[in-house]
Amino acid sequence: MAQSKDLGKGFKLNRRHFLAAAISAAVMLSTTPMMALADKPATADVNTTGLAVTDDTVTVGILHSITGTMAISEEGSVQAEILAIEQINAMGGVLGRQIQYIQEDGASDWPTFADRSRKLLRQDNVAAVFGCWTSASRKAVLPIFERFNGMLYYPTFYEGLEQSPNVIYTGQEATQQILAGLDWISNEKSAKSFYLIGSDYIWPRTSNKIARIHIEQHLGGSVVGEDYFPLGHTSFNSVINRIRLRKPDVVFASVVGGSNVAFYRQLKAAGLDMSKEDFTLLTISVTEDEILGIGGENIEGAYASMKYFQSLDNENNDAFVKAFKERWGENAVIGDVTQAAYLGPWLWKAAVEAAGSFDVDKVREASPGVELTTAPEGYVRIHENHHLWSKTRIGEAQRDGQFKVVYETDDLMEPNPFPAGYQ
Amino acid sequence: MMPFNHMKDYLTRQEALSFAVLALVLLVLLPLSLDVMRLNQVGKYLSFAFVAVGLVLCWGYGGILSLGQGIFYGLGGYAMAMYLKLEASSPQNTLIQTTPGIPDFMDWNRITELPWFWEPFYSLTFAIIAIVVLPSIVAYLIGVAMFKRRVGGVYFAIITQSIAAILTILIIGQQGLTGGINGITDLRTLKGWDIHTDVANYVFYFLCVFLLFVCLLIAQFIKKSKTGRILIAMRGQEDRVRFSGYDIANFKTFVFVVGAAFSGIGGAMFTLQEGFMSPSFVGVVPSIEMVIFCAVGGRLSLVGAVYGALLVNIAKTTFGETFPELWLFAMGLIFIGIVLGLPNGLAGVYSTWLAPKVDEMLNRLLGHEKQNQEIYTSIPIVKQGVVS
Repeated sequence: MAQSKDLGKGFKLNRRHFLAAAISAAVMLSTTPMMALADKPATADVNTTGLAVTDDTVTVGILHSITGTMAISEEGSVQAEILAIEQINAMGGVLGRQIQYIQEDGASDWPTFADRSRKLLRQDNVAAVFGCWTSASRKAVLPIFERFNGMLYYPTFYEGLEQSPNVIYTGQEATQQILAGLDWISNEKSAKSFYLIGSDYIWPRTSNKIARIHIEQHLGGSVVGEDYFPLGHTSFNSVINRIRLRKPDVVFASVVGGSNVAFYRQLKAAGLDMSKEDFTLLTISVTEDEILGIGGENIEGAYASMKYFQSLDNENNDAFVKAFKERWGENAVIGDVTQAAYLGPWLWKAAVEAAGSFDVDKVREASPGVELTTAPEGYVRIHENHHLWSKTRIGEAQRDGQFKVVYETDDLMEPNPFPAGYQ
Repeated sequence: MMPFNHMKDYLTRQEALSFAVLALVLLVLLPLSLDVMRLNQVGKYLSFAFVAVGLVLCWGYGGILSLGQGIFYGLGGYAMAMYLKLEASSPQNTLIQTTPGIPDFMDWNRITELPWFWEPFYSLTFAIIAIVVLPSIVAYLIGVAMFKRRVGGVYFAIITQSIAAILTILIIGQQGLTGGINGITDLRTLKGWDIHTDVANYVFYFLCVFLLFVCLLIAQFIKKSKTGRILIAMRGQEDRVRFSGYDIANFKTFVFVVGAAFSGIGGAMFTLQEGFMSPSFVGVVPSIEMVIFCAVGGRLSLVGAVYGALLVNIAKTTFGETFPELWLFAMGLIFIGIVLGLPNGLAGVYSTWLAPKVDEMLNRLLGHEKQNQEIYTSIPIVKQGVVS
């Protein structure tokens, strides 16, 4: 029965598209000699699924919030992705084709993300999408990418617990950010007691779940408090009092967005000064972008566990920071997620070239093992589980809003979105 | 027993015409001219039309301005989403979890047992009943609590708004039970039937249009019934109606419950067509947007409300796709323009400028038929442009 259904469908399609097929065949025949001269693979060979690929161009999508509350955070990602695309184009593009991008606004609204992703995949037929920032927006678009077989490059460090065949996660999953960071601070500061504090949604809760298990079972320490606050919460005095009372060796913070500004200012005002020896804070949610709002003087001395800091000293990063500032202004700062977003187009290019095709299925097949030696963070490689092998680094926040890198893991950390023993 | 003596008491010629044109647009023009993705978008916009139609009754006729219709839209949407989520969370689909068989977000939040209030949502029948009944009960409780105490006007608007805010905070705060800020995502099948296919999109679109017309006809019935006239009287001179012996609170509660039930159906239709539900439809901002749909369409026109919901959303998408950085400003300008220039919305424009011409044309067309002529002359022209 299924077979006869398929036959019927094919017949209809043939009739409807007969003329179009005939014309495109004619065009292809007439352009073949030209393409041979240009030495690039024929469009029919590299695009068998009707993506927006022509003889000279390939179209991709950029889907971030450029309006609404998330715009501040996502702006850096948009800039990094555009910069990467422009650099790739200047180098001759991908498989001889210049990348064009269609930018859509998710408007900090998850249903809008879903709507726009459907448009990018079904109407624009983009070959890949670079986008999303919050977990909520990724969760909203995920069924659509899986249903219509798109490819999403997702830049944010996030909670893990996910491994979609249609997403490449260029940020860290939770264990990559947390485990090495806790190990380091436990050794360096002989820390035994920890206070966990975060915003109230899935990422901080999952991160603290992993942190608590690691502290209690692997570091022999204890958790003396765990508190959550609604997104946008601005009054932290009660928790600051509890912190002073229980005197933890380390405060482990995953407060996000605007709440950060209030949290660090109130800490400082309460006399908990991170630039002094007696108070230690490790955050997994503050990058150079957030310090712009918090103010360097309020967070000086805090430690952040990330994979990238703007101050990283290597050739790749020097070139990246220079190019970023040339393109987006001398005052631009680059945080962890911005760098991860910059990797997206490059990883896609590498996977497309490895596959010799823009087809999503072939790109997916070619992705595991794809490596980038030119990444600003150093060397990265795509794992079979679609996350990146990358190093964990600890930065100490400076008064000027930058981080001083005080530690980095010797080896690349293996991504493990479903960490056994941590769930 | 027919409550109306003649069909024309229920539906005037102009009204019949406007219903017919709307049916033509929604059932023929849009499905033929749009591809399935765009039609799915229109279907989602139409889910807001349910709320706008309810608001015409509450606000336009009853004079009750509710800034909390998102509560009911959300309740309906969540009821649908809970059923679909349980279906998507079968033990074999969720083997990877610590506790298979419960929704993924519960597992992430270390919940090991399905909460009691989720249990009934294994049943589709219960879910469908809940979509209508749940918002109605909540609206009834709010209505009784407010209207019996003669809370009205601005105070009522503010209270509904704060209830919407409370519900959002509750949903976001109880993420182990509700999915939190992510909402309930990754809904895939309805009774084993993939809800993301083109066929499903068409089916849900037409189901949505069908239900919308059911709601429109119910609303039209209420509008033309004695209750409808009392509502209008109440809007104008509440005290006089009360002194005439009517219990104002009951009428207000009734119309508020009807508006809530419509909104619940709209929310459920959204969940089906989008494939997820999120607290971003429950809060203050979406609730105000829903009032704007109604204002743009014309708060005294049922059909106008549908056009309002459609046009505002289409404009939002079009501006959003074309000028991502400017669309908010463009939307703002349109709203200010409409509120300042056209207090009765698009329906006001139609009834002032176009309706007389259409009538004239119809008369000329049908002029020779005695029967029709009679109907025309027997219809009292209702001037509805009165602003309370």
